[in-house]
Amino acid sequence: MAQALINILDHWGLHGLAQQGWLWYLVVGLVQVALILALVMTCVAVYTWMERKISGRIQDRLGPTRVGGRFGWLQPAADGLKLLCKEDLVPAAADGLLFRAAPYLTFCAAFIPYLALPFAPGWVVQPMDTAAFFILAIGGLEVFGVILAGYASGSKWSLYGAMREAAQVVSFEIPLGMCVVVPVLMAGTMNLTEIAQRQAGWLTSWNLVNPFALVTFFIYMTCATAGTNRAPFDLPEAESELVAGFMTEYSGFRWSMFFMAEYSAMFLLALLGALLFCGGWNGPIPIATMLGLTPEHNDIAAFAGNFLGMCNLITKGVLGVIFMMWLRWTLPRLRIDQVMTTCLKYCVPLASIMLVGTMVSIFVLRGGLSHPSKPLEMPAKQNQRSEGDCKLQIENCKLQIEEGRASPLLSQHPLSSNFQFSICNLQFAISSLSREGAC
Amino acid sequence: MSAIHWDSFFFLFFALVTCVFAVAVVVSNNIVRMASYLVASLCGVAGLFFLSGAQFLGAMQLMLYVGGTVVLLIFGVMLTARGPFISMQSSGGQWVLALLTGGSLLAVLLQTVGQVRPIVEPVPVAVEVAAANPTTTQLGAGLVGVRTDKVGQSSDDAKKPVGYLLPFEIISVHLLVVLVGAAFLARAKRRGGEGGIRR
Repeated sequence: MAQALINILDHWGLHGLAQQGWLWYLVVGLVQVALILALVMTCVAVYTWMERKISGRIQDRLGPTRVGGRFGWLQPAADGLKLLCKEDLVPAAADGLLFRAAPYLTFCAAFIPYLALPFAPGWVVQPMDTAAFFILAIGGLEVFGVILAGYASGSKWSLYGAMREAAQVVSFEIPLGMCVVVPVLMAGTMNLTEIAQRQAGWLTSWNLVNPFALVTFFIYMTCATAGTNRAPFDLPEAESELVAGFMTEYSGFRWSMFFMAEYSAMFLLALLGALLFCGGWNGPIPIATMLGLTPEHNDIAAFAGNFLGMCNLITKGVLGVIFMMWLRWTLPRLRIDQVMTTCLKYCVPLASIMLVGTMVSIFVLRGGLSHPSKPLEMPAKQNQRSEGDCKLQIENCKLQIEEGRASPLLSQHPLSSNFQFSICNLQFAISSLSREGAC
Repeated sequence: MSAIHWDSFFFLFFALVTCVFAVAVVVSNNIVRMASYLVASLCGVAGLFFLSGAQFLGAMQLMLYVGGTVVLLIFGVMLTARGPFISMQSSGGQWVLALLTGGSLLAVLLQTVGQVRPIVEPVPVAVEVAAANPTTTQLGAGLVGVRTDKVGQSSDDAKKPVGYLLPFEIISVHLLVVLVGAAFLARAKRRGGEGGIRR
């Protein structure tokens, strides 16, 4: 992605800017963050409107109709304006510093995972080898801001809400993590780009087709709904018991930060689910490949293919969010003990069974870890590494492989099949690197 | 105008975050604020890990240490939330003990820092190198005793590829036993009804 931005800068005659190293880093970083922020904020605005419309439809009423034309599509703008104009209160009993910091912490924790989330092959802010793990690790910190908010408000409602949130989110993180491990095992990597690329082709190549992954997907969606405090798991902000839970004392902009964090976390988990289970940017029908929009043809075709893929992924994410909204307005709220029962007595054992089942099926079907199920197809990554650097790494890898095969020590080792596996990975790294070096 | 070394800039930034918040943990009296500063400090350490290209370690730092501190915070809030914003005062003796412990650790660390060879040449941007060389696979292989980074070397390390699988398993089982024990101790005592366990 960074390389594409440099090309665009060059194209605009801003070559001087690209020469200035520090300024270039700054511009590229800011543009990427602005793109992601624009996407997330737009989606949040649309989701608030969708939530109203869908709830209206489900409850047999119209939802917003007045603001901006027939369908009330300007409602988010009106809401935003209202929230900005509201008085920003800090209760006298509150711990001022923590009370002010909490909404921003929550929002940061909901937003940072997008930096590791790929939207199309190569279209990711920071390509990461451990993207799935990183997203889980950061996403789990969202509860921190909520607990701070509940504690610092100096109100009993807030504290109760925060404690419920803590108990719920910390519990549901366990099955959520197990669910994410299932597709990671199937792909043999935590790199989200690679996990999605392995599902390229028709609907039948999606992870969802695997019976274990299918069950896991439903557990994943349950845990995602619980992890973002959406109904039927919205105990932390149960308005009939706790006024508004941890958000009771917040108003105006700070309150809207919590709101944005909730919607962006929903969108994030829906996108992650799409990447892990539903093929990512690879649609049920490979339209981009059928139209010939692949990197083999030319840059424009590759760009168009990536763009189609991104639209595909975002559509899946939006569908996931709509599914969560549908759940919210259909199911009644659970009691706290029922929430815990759902997690500990249903989700965790089911996820464990699926995890073990996936492991066994992979081991039986592939005859051990030595043979990857599918030939790897990695897109040419767009990185700003120099050609010499690439060549050096290729040489290093080759050296390692040759020496590894020559080494009698490792072939005698009982784990030599495992070593074969890592050799496969190295070979794959070489092929991708040489492709990068070529372009 | 000379270029800014973003590596150095971000190293100093994360180091500053880590140190400032670590000091804030010591200075603060409020237990929840302490935990919050500790979280910020540990996040700074995670930032340093990410900066040096150890993405797996950085994510682990966030997951285990920062997540663990968050759970600590939860317990802190739960146990101390009787009065509003309880503050802790440490006595003089505690200060002396803490200074002794911390000072001795600092002395050891400073000595180690002095022995590290200074890096003179600017290294390539670590994050990019890390993206090309996935460390997770190497870590996983190293855990079961296959050192992909030492293949072909006739050093002593490569001759005994034992790995850490056994210690890892022992620790896992140990933790499981601890978990089961904690759950057994913490559960509600039954009143010896039918089928109940008499204590």
